[in-house]
Amino acid sequence: MENAAVKVLICEGTSGVSAGAREVLKAFGVELARFNIDKAEIISTGDRGLFRDVLVDIITPKLGRITYDFITPEKVPQIVEEHIKGNIPVKKFLAGKQYKEFFSGQERITLQNCGEIDPENLEEYLANKGYQGLKRALGEMSPQQVIDEVKKSGIRGRGGAGFPTGLKWSFCLGNPSDQKYMVCNADEGDPGAFMDRSVLEGDPQAVLEGMAIGGYAIGASNGYIYCRAEYPLAIRRLKISIDQAVKDGYLGDNILGSDFSFHITIKEGAGAFVCGEETALLASIEGFRGMPRSRPPFPAQKGLWEHPTTINNVETLANIPQIILKGGDWYASVGTESSKGTKVFALAGKVKNTGLVEVPMGTTIRDLVFGPGGGMLKKKIPFKAVQLGGPSGGCLPADLLDTPIDYESVNETGAIMGSGGMVVMDQSTCMVDMAKFFTAFTVEESCGKCVPCRIGLNRMLEVLTRITEGEGKEGDIEFLERMANSIKATALCGLGNTAPNPVLTTIRYFRDEYEAHIREKRCPAHVCPNLVKFDVIEDRCSKCGKCFKACPVDAIAWEKKTFPIIDKEKCIRCRSCINECDQMAIE
Amino acid sequence: MDSQPLDLKLIGDIIERFQKKKGTLIPLLQAIQEAYGYIPKETVNLVSKALKIFPVQIYEVLTFYAQFRLTPRGKHTLKVCLGTACHVMGGKDICDYLASQLEVKPGGTTEDGMFTLERVACVGCCGMAPVLVMDEQPFGDCTIQQSIELVEKYRAS
Repeated sequence: MENAAVKVLICEGTSGVSAGAREVLKAFGVELARFNIDKAEIISTGDRGLFRDVLVDIITPKLGRITYDFITPEKVPQIVEEHIKGNIPVKKFLAGKQYKEFFSGQERITLQNCGEIDPENLEEYLANKGYQGLKRALGEMSPQQVIDEVKKSGIRGRGGAGFPTGLKWSFCLGNPSDQKYMVCNADEGDPGAFMDRSVLEGDPQAVLEGMAIGGYAIGASNGYIYCRAEYPLAIRRLKISIDQAVKDGYLGDNILGSDFSFHITIKEGAGAFVCGEETALLASIEGFRGMPRSRPPFPAQKGLWEHPTTINNVETLANIPQIILKGGDWYASVGTESSKGTKVFALAGKVKNTGLVEVPMGTTIRDLVFGPGGGMLKKKIPFKAVQLGGPSGGCLPADLLDTPIDYESVNETGAIMGSGGMVVMDQSTCMVDMAKFFTAFTVEESCGKCVPCRIGLNRMLEVLTRITEGEGKEGDIEFLERMANSIKATALCGLGNTAPNPVLTTIRYFRDEYEAHIREKRCPAHVCPNLVKFDVIEDRCSKCGKCFKACPVDAIAWEKKTFPIIDKEKCIRCRSCINECDQMAIE
Repeated sequence: MDSQPLDLKLIGDIIERFQKKKGTLIPLLQAIQEAYGYIPKETVNLVSKALKIFPVQIYEVLTFYAQFRLTPRGKHTLKVCLGTACHVMGGKDICDYLASQLEVKPGGTTEDGMFTLERVACVGCCGMAPVLVMDEQPFGDCTIQQSIELVEKYRAS
């Protein structure tokens, strides 16, 4: 029985799938059969966090666990033959420098199971102390004790605003009602954020367990998960997980033989960013337009169908089982004075390693971008800014790279922690264009209920568009600042209150770029179409020919060791060449 | 586009399945869209009768959420992600290019009914930006050239 305990783990979340994980999985099936290894088990896990990569772990009794990266179907026969059959790892395919770099400095609490277990198999979750937290809560603790433990942990809402979770729960516990609801906000609408998707795809049971513990603490017997429809895999895995948990008695009536019953229903969002706002989310579950309403009454008083309701984010809930199991003190030992625990960031943009990074609170932005992130994507194009908090956040410049990541420090910069999107930008990203991009997004997603957001943001977008088209005027910057501050002060909900942040932070830190657009009719990053001339800057050009290869209409003439020449008659101004250039040599 | 008469049998089953649940309007409409590919006008009146609400209350919801469409889709739906990371990595350029090549505006369907081009705010694959999603299959690290190759591949198949 030499093959008795062979396990092949393949990361098969959305990112794994698009990198080709399904083909790799198939290839392992074929090869294992070909070598008559029938005792091996192929396990499909969620993503471990590193993008553009198919990670495969092989566990054998002799060699233990060994990780391979960038696996393609062509590499599978050799791995099966030499490693599984012959017990000699295939050295040249082993996970290398990039893998190690990416995981250095990370501390994985929320993501502990992501990429490690089969998310569609409850047994594996149970084997990793799954549902032990719920067991402890139901067996040994009163609802108040659960809340005290969560308060002790110091965990704050990971959805963005950072409200202390224990306090939120205690409000709801304090409002007696025959019916209460526990809602999980999985409407991860921030463009640039994918933490919640990965947790739902990689470790759905942890979220369900967190919800059940929360339900017990606040006295709710019903829960809803409001998940975006754009995440089909997450929804499928949640459905499977709920069925399994109900079947084994971890959800449903009289959980684990106690008096506590808890039922979870999935509601698919229908595509509206504003539904991430809690009162809008509740309206949407009830079947109406997702429009926020003014508070008070707060959801803890009158929430879903007028009943007391608690709404927590996916990442927050995924931490709860471990807090109950290992204790609030353990969780509070990680992080800073005011921000406890770890935070998951979705690192993307012009950075070498993209993916999910979980670090203790208090880590600096620099440590994150140049540690696990591996630094900039293109060596010759330096760092310009990092965007935190999506459309509600801001762009921070190089001299704020040493800002520690905690709620207060990030807020001071004018950005917000947000849900954890972190998009890195280099000198080829235009800050005015970014401000326009986010404002266009919030204009589109504004529900239209209050005037400042509906009309004010539109006015800002008009001015920003004019500036990027080379029609900016003196006074535009001041107008933007005035309008932004009034919207911040007067909009009804969180969407409107924070929507001007991208404009305000880019003006604060990159005013010179606005001025270059307005006064010199120049886009320093070579982005804004009307301001780009499609000329080759010969001083910068390395004559590499990438632009020539990238052009879809053959408008670029180039031969080895010569400067490219762009035929402006043929050019369709699609910017392929500019995106491809490593030197920013086309302006 | 093939314009077969609408099979109204489907809708009866869907309404029955969802009618009695709380807050059912959105899931009901989602089920209709899944069955028909869009929300046909005829179904709105049937839903209105079944749930005892005015058609305008249904249209109010239909026009609020980006997911719902009131016109039929093309054979394939090509979504161009325009999240932050995709924007920074050139997603908008791809979207503009595809729109010009397919001769449709985002949200529209090509004349031959093959493709519906959509912009989406974020598909959550930011690590592989820029991303295209053809039907349900995501394609990461796209360039303008690859985007048009993808279209040609699907057109041929």
